[in-house]
Amino acid sequence: MGQLISLEIDGNKVQVPAGTLVVDAARKAGVDIPVFCYHPKMEPVGMCRMCLVEIGRPQMNRDTGELERNEDGSYVIQFGPKLETGCTEVVSEGMVVRGMTDEVSRARKDIIEFLLTSHPLDCPVCDKGGECSLQNLTMEFGSGDGRFLYDEKKHFSKHVPLGELIYLDRERCIQCGRCVRFQDEIVDDAVIGFEGRGRSLKIVTYSEPGFDSYYSGNTTDICPVGALTTSDFRFGARPWEMKAVASVCTHCPVGCNLTLNVRRENKSGGDFVVKRVLPRQNEAVNEIWICDKGRFAHHYASSEDRLTQPLVRVDGELTPASWDEALELVAKRFKEAGSDLLTLASGRISNEDLFNLRSLSDHLGGSTALYSEMAGGDLVAQVGVGQGSNFSNLGPETTIFVVASNLEEEAPLYWLRVKQAAERGAKLIVANPRHTKTERLASHVLRYPYGGEAALVLALTNSLSTKRIDLPNEFREIERSREIQAAAKDFAEADNAIILFGNEGTGLQTSRHLAQACANLLIITGHTGKANNGLIAVWQRANTQGAWDMGFRPAADLIETVRSKQALYIAAADPAGDDPNFVEAIKTTGFIVVQELFLTETAKLADVVLPAQAFIEREGTLTNGERRVQRFYTAVPERLQTRPDYSITAQISQLVGLELEDKHPFRVMEQIAAQIPDYSDVSYEKVSAVVEQWPIIGRSDLYYGGTTYENSQGLGYQLQPAAQKGQPVSLEAVQLEEFDSGGEAGLVAVPVTVLYDRGQMVIPADLLHQRIPEPYVVVHPESIAHLGLIDGAHVRLDISGIEVDVVAHLDETIPQDVLLVPRSMGIPIHGPTPVEIAVVEQAVT
Amino acid sequence: MIAEKYAAEIEIILAKYPPDQKRSAVMALLYLAQRDGGYVTKGDMVEISEILGITPTEVASIVGFYTLYHDQPEGVIRIQVCNDLPCALRGADEFLEKLCENLGIQVGETTPDGLVTIEAVMCLAACDKAPMFQVQSADGLSYYEDQTVSSALEVVETLRKQDAS
Amino acid sequence: MMNEFILLRHRQIPDLDQLEVYRQHGGFEAFQNAVTAMNPNDVTQEVKASGLRGRGGAGFPTGLKWTFIDNENWPHYVVANADESEPGTFKDREIMEGNPFQFLEGVALTAYAIQATEAYIYLRGEFWQIAASLDQQIEELEAAGLLGEKIFDTDFSLRIFTHLGAGAYLCGEETALLESMEGKLGQPRLRPPFPPSYGLYGKPTVVNNVETLTNVPYIITRGADWYTSIGTEKSTGPKIFSLSGRVNKPGNYELPLGTTFRELIFEHGGGIPDGREIKAIMAAGASSSLIIANEEALDTPMDYESVPNVGADLGSASVIVIDDTVSIDWVLYKTLHFFSHESCGKCTPCREGIYWMRHIIDRIHQDEASWSDVELLNEVAYQIKGKCLCALGEFAIEAVTSGIERFESDFRAKAAEISSEG
Ligand SMILES: Cc1cc2nc3c(=O)[nH]c(=O)nc-3n(C[C@H](O)[C@H](O)[C@H](O)COP(=O)(O)O)c2cc1C
Ligand code: SF4
Ligand code: FES
Repeated sequence: MGQLISLEIDGNKVQVPAGTLVVDAARKAGVDIPVFCYHPKMEPVGMCRMCLVEIGRPQMNRDTGELERNEDGSYVIQFGPKLETGCTEVVSEGMVVRGMTDEVSRARKDIIEFLLTSHPLDCPVCDKGGECSLQNLTMEFGSGDGRFLYDEKKHFSKHVPLGELIYLDRERCIQCGRCVRFQDEIVDDAVIGFEGRGRSLKIVTYSEPGFDSYYSGNTTDICPVGALTTSDFRFGARPWEMKAVASVCTHCPVGCNLTLNVRRENKSGGDFVVKRVLPRQNEAVNEIWICDKGRFAHHYASSEDRLTQPLVRVDGELTPASWDEALELVAKRFKEAGSDLLTLASGRISNEDLFNLRSLSDHLGGSTALYSEMAGGDLVAQVGVGQGSNFSNLGPETTIFVVASNLEEEAPLYWLRVKQAAERGAKLIVANPRHTKTERLASHVLRYPYGGEAALVLALTNSLSTKRIDLPNEFREIERSREIQAAAKDFAEADNAIILFGNEGTGLQTSRHLAQACANLLIITGHTGKANNGLIAVWQRANTQGAWDMGFRPAADLIETVRSKQALYIAAADPAGDDPNFVEAIKTTGFIVVQELFLTETAKLADVVLPAQAFIEREGTLTNGERRVQRFYTAVPERLQTRPDYSITAQISQLVGLELEDKHPFRVMEQIAAQIPDYSDVSYEKVSAVVEQWPIIGRSDLYYGGTTYENSQGLGYQLQPAAQKGQPVSLEAVQLEEFDSGGEAGLVAVPVTVLYDRGQMVIPADLLHQRIPEPYVVVHPESIAHLGLIDGAHVRLDISGIEVDVVAHLDETIPQDVLLVPRSMGIPIHGPTPVEIAVVEQAVT
Repeated sequence: MIAEKYAAEIEIILAKYPPDQKRSAVMALLYLAQRDGGYVTKGDMVEISEILGITPTEVASIVGFYTLYHDQPEGVIRIQVCNDLPCALRGADEFLEKLCENLGIQVGETTPDGLVTIEAVMCLAACDKAPMFQVQSADGLSYYEDQTVSSALEVVETLRKQDAS
Repeated sequence: MMNEFILLRHRQIPDLDQLEVYRQHGGFEAFQNAVTAMNPNDVTQEVKASGLRGRGGAGFPTGLKWTFIDNENWPHYVVANADESEPGTFKDREIMEGNPFQFLEGVALTAYAIQATEAYIYLRGEFWQIAASLDQQIEELEAAGLLGEKIFDTDFSLRIFTHLGAGAYLCGEETALLESMEGKLGQPRLRPPFPPSYGLYGKPTVVNNVETLTNVPYIITRGADWYTSIGTEKSTGPKIFSLSGRVNKPGNYELPLGTTFRELIFEHGGGIPDGREIKAIMAAGASSSLIIANEEALDTPMDYESVPNVGADLGSASVIVIDDTVSIDWVLYKTLHFFSHESCGKCTPCREGIYWMRHIIDRIHQDEASWSDVELLNEVAYQIKGKCLCALGEFAIEAVTSGIERFESDFRAKAAEISSEG
């Protein structure tokens, strides 16, 4: 924090850290200095001139260099000849700021009047009405009458789609530049900009598609007027009609804190519906930002296609049934299956759900499996980032190592936070077989062939240790490279070090090795057991870590495991949809129960389908990648006959003689705390606790930070990894898989993650459809030179015995002899797999 | 494709700036593109953005800010008459009016043959030699100073002939 | 007239734009002497002692500016401001066309003084032919060993490059110029920090006007004492006055600072055409206050200290003469159209205020306004005052407030026309 500076603002004395800007210091003192262009998350630009104040500074004696004092010991204060912008002036000792003088009031009135000379008077139909800082400031400082001739107003187009997600009203724009600066400074996607000059200045985009950024929605939060709106919320509701409910995003392991704005709506029969999703401030998790998937994909939860009542197979057909009927059948058959029951679940559901599933399975002597292609949750529990870890605090003393992850696609906010840490001086090591956006700020970029991620980490480890582990031939050169040596040194010597490992190109096996190699590197360099050190898995689901913590583990060969069982209880997973090879295995199991939101391919195979509730309809907790347990709340009433997963499981349990909590998730958490040591000190009370956060963002007041909601419902609770509790962590040898980097073996398909996939939680959101590609693969032109393909050609893949038709994109920047296959795109892939490719049709251009 | 066509020139331009400050070359590259096609196309902007490692939007912003870049095709030559205060004090407004009359177009318009666009511009640093104008064409800019309407019409005729040949 | 030109020497020496000729007349001796026999700080001190002040408009002491260069941060840059876009200013163009080597030598000396190894010349886009000649002249200098690596076999190396703007008045403002050079919109930066600590690419940078730089070789050759003997005590040296508007002989006049308006306009400029009376003077182009051209004003010396006595500033000394055939509302109409065209739009008062003023002056000029509109115009001007991010907005109101105050009757007449009609 550094040195504290004392100053006085409108009679309030306040102490703030050196370097604080006057507007922020005022905020701390409880005084609002109005701003438009300034935003506490961005560099000040001093453009709008709204924050003009009188600033006085103690007078210095030129001879002695001392500050002059009055007789009463106070400083002699000298005010400048002009008003100064509070957003650009840094506090200094003894400063006196006046924001309530006549001159300042006049200046505010003047600036407001200037802005209004060009502003349309369409407040009654403006989405921002009620939370618009121009409106608020006009109320506070504006003059009652207009001196400007309406005929002379500059007119601009009012419904300009910057893309299909964001609309711009050029007349309402006050040229504060917040949106442009956010895109450039904060997320490094300078895809919107100013065009023209003077009064003709306007926001434009020239990207394809328009406003091509995963973070575009945030600009609508920070736009101080109604110039930028999402196509989702435009003309949707008035801010004051909506209720704000705290939630957590369910799309990736970051666990961004959300506010769901809900309101009753006629077209939903008077029910509450989610009108928009906004970020909720949590400086340790997502600050005040979220990605567009989190903002727009929530529509899956309100999709018309949701399951709304239990289904039971009668005469080969899934037929509506009552809950009692369905549950009794399930209980009976599960009891019969006993140890032959397999419970398969993914990290898409909450800790409470998973705990009950696990308890039921244990009670019946059955087994559980985690539906995941990534391993290492047990290692994260041991050497994961320590309690107190916070990306916001990472700077020059930290090294961050990102391996096998296209971070922005896998977890956009992790990318953002890593980027910011790097900008604050943290060293960033990026290891990936191909270029990713994360590299833009990397201090070291390391390349390896797909499949070689664990070996790459071992190469780093080797350069730090006297005991050398033998690496495959491909790594001889990599291991000796100066880049590896330098990266290893930066990693070892840093005070703090964090590894994020992802799922670029990995399958379950390779992921296991990679996780172990990462854990070992952290252990031997002493980067475990403390805040801002340790391992983060960039999971494919929001609560995969929670699932590991609740005792779920991936099965080495899931298809075989499934085939060997007599009954299946599948929750929040669609193996048959992901890979047709599962169909036959599932069918052989005799009795299949699927607990789901939609009638998935897997559900279609079921004997009983149980309709579950979506996260907006219920409560629960999720454990994010940094093992922060966070709570989401009920926002809208349940859909017809749906029930929350934990409750369905508890009701089955009761019928087999096991008492589980089925009503209050906080009670489930009490049981979790009692039975799962890592969660022994977790409670709903703790996860719901809040402390004041800095910067203060504010909502509809004079100092406007955005529609972002204040967090009053919980900042979550970060678990302590074993290492931090002083429990021993052990090095385990890393096995190296034989890996094929293509070549003689021909093309190898490797899975990669893209943000907008065709998954169940994305596809129902119509809004994103233009951004979701048709199934495709990416390949280096050289790898398939013999086919003479052009970009966009239709090809047929033969992969794991299945044929699929997809579009082929050619990319010279990726390694040769691999075929990148995006996950959840309808192409079966679980890890590196040999593949055959044939032309169906050259693209028509 | 200016990248290929002007490879050597682009190299010389980029060499003026530190290697990590390639963006500085954006103005010069836009002149290249404009010289090539008379105006800057969207394709040019994309190409320039790729050469410099910035976004097409950032390039477009530059085009939109500076008055000497054009993103629309107009006349083959643009006659830009200064009628700013000092020139106007020496008859530039009347000169412009008469010139327009003679060409049969208004300020901002292009002659029906698509050859000449006439524009009024701000001070060109030739105030002592008013009335004056500059001619902007694919070949660059040239000043014509101490003009009369008839001398200006002669200039137009000469340019017309040049264009025809 | 001075018997010897210092800046416009090409008017006396034919073919001075040939390197050979320039060298025959002592060209590059100052540079050679500085690089081989002076240490960089001595060059700065000499310039400081000469009292040379910036000729770009602000009149800031040049040597003092050089001493602000941050020596903890490298590399350093010199940027010559050749944007020359102030209406009524056309002096830098003549220097670069006629006496380019003296200017380039000034750039080189400045670079040596602050130990910059790269210097850029930012020219307004319209000067592309000048840029092409400069490129060629720079090449000649490199070939002659006067620029490039290890000049005069010392460790000092210097390269000079030209950079063309593309039509934006504001790019003459030094921080907007730097932004523009970096490939961004030509909008001003926040100051402080000033260019000597945070300039081009964030590095310490000296930005000087072409005319300023062209003085430097002489200061080094002949010494500060000689230089201070020209001009007045606080405004030393020669100055090029760009004379335009209603005079018989418009043009550039190199005269000592402190020459009176009368001498410039009537002796050198040949007085007002058609026997009309002089009415008003703008001393710093369109950015000026309107000076009532009475006897007192005409006898005022044109230097940095005296012009404020008649309610204006010397600025870049672009003297626009207005005679009694001109109504001042038309002058404002012209200047406000200029400024509303050139406002970059970054800050609110300038972007919105000038747009508003332009609409009011349009109505006044078209006889559609009443006196209350004139008052409103004045109020809006004061509403802008002191609130802008850079000086452009402040420049835009100079003529408005001074015009309405000092030539009220012209506006009364306009307002009267409307009331008598309506
Ligand atoms: C709106 C505006 C326009 C300016 N235009 C020019 C210009 O065209 N040429 C110039 O040399 N200085 C211009 N200046 C002044 C520069 O900002 C800067 O003071 C000057 O380049 C410094 O050089 P000097 O000290 O040698 O005068 C302008 C300033 C402002 C505020
Ligand atoms: S769109 Fe909104 S955020 Fe962007 S410049 Fe305009 S007012 Fe500011
Ligand atoms: S200038 Fe300070 S908030 Fe805009």
